[in-house]
Amino acid sequence: MRIPHPILGLRDQSEFVYLGDACLLERPDGMQADALQKMTEYAYQRDNCRGLHRELWFHEQGDRAWLVVTRNTVTHEIVKVEFANEVASHD
Amino acid sequence: MTNRFADAPGIDVAEPVHFQFDNRTYVGYLGDTLASALLANNVRLIGRSFKYHRPRGVFSDGSDEPNALVTVLREGHPEPNTRATEIELYDGLKAWSQNAWPSLRFDLLAVNDWLSKFLTAGFYYKTFMWPARFWEAVYEPMIRRAAGIGRLSDTPDPSVYDKGYLHPDVLVIGAGLAGLVCSLQLAKGGQRVLLVDEHARFGGRLLFSANAKLRPWLDALVEEVLKHPNIQRLIRTVVFGSYDHGVYGAITRNTEHQAADPGVLPKQTYWTISAGHTILATGALTRSIAFPNNDRPGIMTMSAIEAYAVYYGALKGSSVALFISHEEGRRTALRLHALGVNIKAVIDTRSEALPLTEFPYFTGSQVVNTSGRLGLTGIQVRSSDGTFQWINVDYLGISGGYNPTIQLTCHQGAKPKWDLSIEAFRAADNRPDDQRCIGGADGAFGLGDCWQSAIHAAEAILGQSLHLVNPFNESEPLALQSEYVIYGHGPTFVDMQNDVTIKDIQLSHQEGMSSVEHVKRYTTLGMATDQGKHSNVLGLAALAQATGQSIAETGTTLSRPPYTGVSIGALAGQYRDLDFKPTRLTPSHQAATARHASFVEVGNWLRAQWFPLPHEKYWRETVDREVIAVRRNVGVCDVTTLGKIDVQGEDAAAFLNHVYANGFLKLPVGKTRYGLMLREDGIVMDDGTAARLSETQFVVTTTTANAVPVYRHMEYVRQCLCPKMDVHLISTTEAWAQFAVAGPRSRELIARLVACDVSNEVFPFMACAETHLRNGIRARLFRISFSGELAFEIAVPTRVGNAFFEYLLEIGKDLEVTPYGTEALSVLRIEKGHAAGAELNGQTTAKQLGLERIVSQTKDSIGRVLAGRDALQNDTACLVGLQPVTSSDPLVAGAHLVGLGKPIDAAHDLGYVTSVAYSPHCQSMIGLAYLKEGASYRGKRIRAVSLLDHQDIEVDVVSPHFVDPDGERLRV
Amino acid sequence: MDFSGWRVLREGLRGHTGWAPLWRAATPKKHYDVLIVGGGGHGLATAYYLAKYHGLTNIAVLEKNWVGGGNVGRNTTIIRSNYLLDGNQPFYELSLRLWEGIEQELNFNAMVSQRGVLNLFHSDAQRDAFRRRGNAMRMHGTDAEWLNAKAVRQMAPFLNYDNARFPIHGGLLQRRGGTVRHDAVAWGYARAASALGVDIIERCEVQGFDVTNGQVQAVETSRGRIEADRIGVAVAGYSSEVMRHANVRLPIESHVLQAFVTEGLKPLIPGVITYGAGHFYISQSDKGGLVFGGDLDGYNSYASRGNLPVVEDVCEGGMSIMPMLGRARLLRSWGGVVDMSMDGSPIIDRTQVGGLYFNGGWCYGGFKATPASGWVFAHLLARESSHPTASAYRFDRFAAGAMIDEKGQGSTPNLH
Repeated sequence: MRIPHPILGLRDQSEFVYLGDACLLERPDGMQADALQKMTEYAYQRDNCRGLHRELWFHEQGDRAWLVVTRNTVTHEIVKVEFANEVASHD
Repeated sequence: MTNRFADAPGIDVAEPVHFQFDNRTYVGYLGDTLASALLANNVRLIGRSFKYHRPRGVFSDGSDEPNALVTVLREGHPEPNTRATEIELYDGLKAWSQNAWPSLRFDLLAVNDWLSKFLTAGFYYKTFMWPARFWEAVYEPMIRRAAGIGRLSDTPDPSVYDKGYLHPDVLVIGAGLAGLVCSLQLAKGGQRVLLVDEHARFGGRLLFSANAKLRPWLDALVEEVLKHPNIQRLIRTVVFGSYDHGVYGAITRNTEHQAADPGVLPKQTYWTISAGHTILATGALTRSIAFPNNDRPGIMTMSAIEAYAVYYGALKGSSVALFISHEEGRRTALRLHALGVNIKAVIDTRSEALPLTEFPYFTGSQVVNTSGRLGLTGIQVRSSDGTFQWINVDYLGISGGYNPTIQLTCHQGAKPKWDLSIEAFRAADNRPDDQRCIGGADGAFGLGDCWQSAIHAAEAILGQSLHLVNPFNESEPLALQSEYVIYGHGPTFVDMQNDVTIKDIQLSHQEGMSSVEHVKRYTTLGMATDQGKHSNVLGLAALAQATGQSIAETGTTLSRPPYTGVSIGALAGQYRDLDFKPTRLTPSHQAATARHASFVEVGNWLRAQWFPLPHEKYWRETVDREVIAVRRNVGVCDVTTLGKIDVQGEDAAAFLNHVYANGFLKLPVGKTRYGLMLREDGIVMDDGTAARLSETQFVVTTTTANAVPVYRHMEYVRQCLCPKMDVHLISTTEAWAQFAVAGPRSRELIARLVACDVSNEVFPFMACAETHLRNGIRARLFRISFSGELAFEIAVPTRVGNAFFEYLLEIGKDLEVTPYGTEALSVLRIEKGHAAGAELNGQTTAKQLGLERIVSQTKDSIGRVLAGRDALQNDTACLVGLQPVTSSDPLVAGAHLVGLGKPIDAAHDLGYVTSVAYSPHCQSMIGLAYLKEGASYRGKRIRAVSLLDHQDIEVDVVSPHFVDPDGERLRV
Repeated sequence: MDFSGWRVLREGLRGHTGWAPLWRAATPKKHYDVLIVGGGGHGLATAYYLAKYHGLTNIAVLEKNWVGGGNVGRNTTIIRSNYLLDGNQPFYELSLRLWEGIEQELNFNAMVSQRGVLNLFHSDAQRDAFRRRGNAMRMHGTDAEWLNAKAVRQMAPFLNYDNARFPIHGGLLQRRGGTVRHDAVAWGYARAASALGVDIIERCEVQGFDVTNGQVQAVETSRGRIEADRIGVAVAGYSSEVMRHANVRLPIESHVLQAFVTEGLKPLIPGVITYGAGHFYISQSDKGGLVFGGDLDGYNSYASRGNLPVVEDVCEGGMSIMPMLGRARLLRSWGGVVDMSMDGSPIIDRTQVGGLYFNGGWCYGGFKATPASGWVFAHLLARESSHPTASAYRFDRFAAGAMIDEKGQGSTPNLH
């Protein structure tokens, strides 16, 4: 696979480290009353969709940016790549 | 000279070449393959089949060869299962046949052929079950002995392999007519083209064609391609796989055509090609027709006959028959005849075909049987009138049509579709966007169509019309009448190498295994080294016949990478032996080597394990001395491998407060704090220290093993969870050489080094500072201790690390400063009861480590919430110390704990030993362990049991802090 | 019809006219007592054990493609029970014991070949972890042996002893581990289940569940609606997709695991060997191919194919531990879509939907579990209570904090 980095262009997948579903950006507040239940969901439950999947990749052998890659899990086609910190700041 | 036709373009008759096959010497010519040279020497028997050990010969002329597999000596080392059709001849080449004993001509296991009526598809699933213990003892060893084809040497492959990367605009695979024409037009249009071909020469099938008038045109085209600066060329290169986003894998055979290893080039180069577009100009393979006894040496594809007779000039003096079902077969027969090939008969399955008069021509006829045990002697022909006759021939060339070579279009999951107009599978429409098929690969079998498809592809990529005139205007229709299987008596092979017959496929269907995938798995159809290139469609046709469906309805199995077998050595490249992974050396490596240190792998690092003195005979002697030196005087250890991360920004403290389970907001400048890092699931991820150098700067340390994951995690927290914080991170592990200076006299030594005041009052336990060495070099100083002694860690720029280490040892001589390695480091920390990798194994909680109280409950740190889950809170295991009752007892890490007098079983398993050491301080083995209900066992006696080592010893459960439990030494 | 050597001889002499289909091609009935979704090893084994030992025969197995087309047909065929944790070890030991009797149980030769599984270790830390695991196995009554470097060399003289980046310090050996002819497992269970009256329905894809008042009533399939009292789902790789139809969200990600086989070679490798300092394990099939594999590709995927970085990583591992492999040729590679669970261990449990039961999360290790998975899932479906060896494989272990995390990697599925 080759991932189109927003600044650095097409980069080989071997430069990246994968983490998982971009729902990991939406960490619940740990101090709320229902934190245990929400944190359990957050840490363990996944949609695991077949088709377009937003997911986190770390450009470890590159600019060390975390990216949100929207990729089809059946065809592996990549349709969108964003900086995770930008996505996270907008939430 | 007598055994070749004149003017064969593939060989140089002025360059005779001597080679050996099965220890007999033959003569061939430069340009020959082993197959062509053997055929020219009238050697048709080359191998034995996998299951029935039937005699087999050359079937094709390329990488699709199913039969002629040999073991060849390359760079002095045997290479099994190598296709004779691809081995280029050189002087002194040695090759041997395979899978036959005692000899190729007389093979005892050919008895399987006589038993073949019992050894049908899947017979082994139905027998060898009684008595049960006979499977491992008798049956399986027997089967395994018969398994396999070639023999792999059990000594290391001596060859060198390399990896390379290419990034063309367009990758063109196949340098036949279509590939050459397309490449040239693309290059002229400004594209950077990479043109690859399996063979040593460009030209593809045209090289082998009996159509002599094409040759000058081809030569001119090849010359133009070779000269064009936009075309990069790779010969002897096979593109073996197609991967996501235009990535292809390819292998170039650099040296295998040469007698001796030139010592410069790697044997093979493995290329990763990232292409903008890819053109499959891979041509088509001649499809065989299956009929009884269709596997004898001398029976091959019509294209192979053409290649061996025309290009290599072989088959002179032999009689040849052709069995065909289309017009190109008829034209080929005429051309071969014109070249002087002795065409004994042409058997054309088409009733409406126009007979020829140059040789006997049977229309509406079939080959229904053959004779010749070790080589073809005759074929039996059934004429259109139903009569049978035997014709004596040496060779039979078969063509029942063509299969486009489209495997690369399937590698990403696109299933080929059956195209009735060409009676063959064509690439699926949902193949990857970057791929185009042209020429034979696109079903354009005629020259004119082939040329046109190449131009179309070039135009599509260039985005412009080229307005070229097709040089091949004569129409040459194929007029194919599909013909797959001639049913009759006698074994009718569809998969030659694996000996899959029509009967096997019928039986598979009879037993309910009718899906193509089931047939493949039940019969092993298409699973031989040719990966079904010849067998797949014939097998599907036989299955379709059995089920009464069409081939289109039957479907096909999916071709998977690689297209042809790829050496594991090539895929590994240079990453083997000592170069498997990079070796990271610590800054003081040179100084440690000079002191005869023993080294140990820690991840990719090599660390000094201990520093033996000349008189020391046993490693324990050395390690005990180093430990005692630290406890009594002062020792120095290189701890650079621990991860170091600089954390800077207005929110640096708030950030660490989120990442660590304990609090960091109130850590004063100039102070260091132990930091406990949890994963989000509440389990301990890592521990280390964070030193606050200023309001906005911290230096964080990690364990050696977790340096990379922790940095990654912290960047994740920073970018993904705390994007609005003003904080930045950088890993400085490689930038600073860091040394632990530990022991009661460490302050004295440190004071000699640095400019600042290091007295206990000014620089107390857990102090930190940015400072300078007395010579002005930058340094960072931390008063932290892993050993439990008064200790410092000092960091200097990596480039001066080795000199600094030497300097330390020099100026500390009067203090009896001692370098110590990882082993002593480990003993010291176990004596002190500090957790390390063995305790932080990804399964342990802060509670188990006895650190529950430092997990802050008043802030939202990573892992705090889930650490509170019931099962984790109710777990009673905790870290304890162990000391054998008999001090000489060999306590081992990985032993489990069992109560006195209790059975040794899982129900009574109390925990396990994590770390052990011989403690000079205790003068005994000691250990750390996780023990259930650990607190209640304190002061009691249990057993440490290692069934694997036949050990069962009594141990006392003690505090994990064997040395200075109150921490007084740290603070003096 | 019994299979035996005599039978093979007799059929050989009379032209093989007597062989019948291994299983009946069934058409769906309106209603079943138990429906198993997934005609792979686990689903078929479940159906077989239900029919054989729980007296239930009105059972159907629904398979969207062809029997055995999932991961039972695309794995590296290894069986072993060398687990560390209490939640796992007894279950995998049950599985190994069932493997040991599988031919006689099914009257089908699946070629269970117990030539041993050898885990190599290369550092003191790894040695200690292996010793902890080996002792745990022994305390569970499972066989495990400790080999020092010399004993490893005796057993496998062809490994890299002299020029290795990570020298071999020793190994943990389970002699009862080995390999099984994978496809035959699916066929054997299918045949045996069919003979007991189980309907095996191929090309029947589940497209929805009819859930009324919290109770599952029926499945909607590509071959129509089929009612059932109880439904067990065993579709590892596609668990999330199937369970989504019942609005059950899972602690699972789908990942692709590649595997590789070489051209056929004369016997070379005694048993299964795993490399502790690289991502590589290998065995040799009865046909002579070297079967090997390594790590996951590492990203969520439903495509049963992988990419080159893992191919290289595996081959590098292979060459570094077994440098004779250089001239063995990779013949075929393939990818299987696996359920990677959040702690690396499976889930066999009831769901929040009444009558709907789940079996999945097998990560890359489902094949070896096939018989026990069927055994305990049948138990759960028939008795509505967990089998003792699978009592830890519950959904609620994550909420409770009772993870079964052999590798200690936490809730990052691709690291297990």
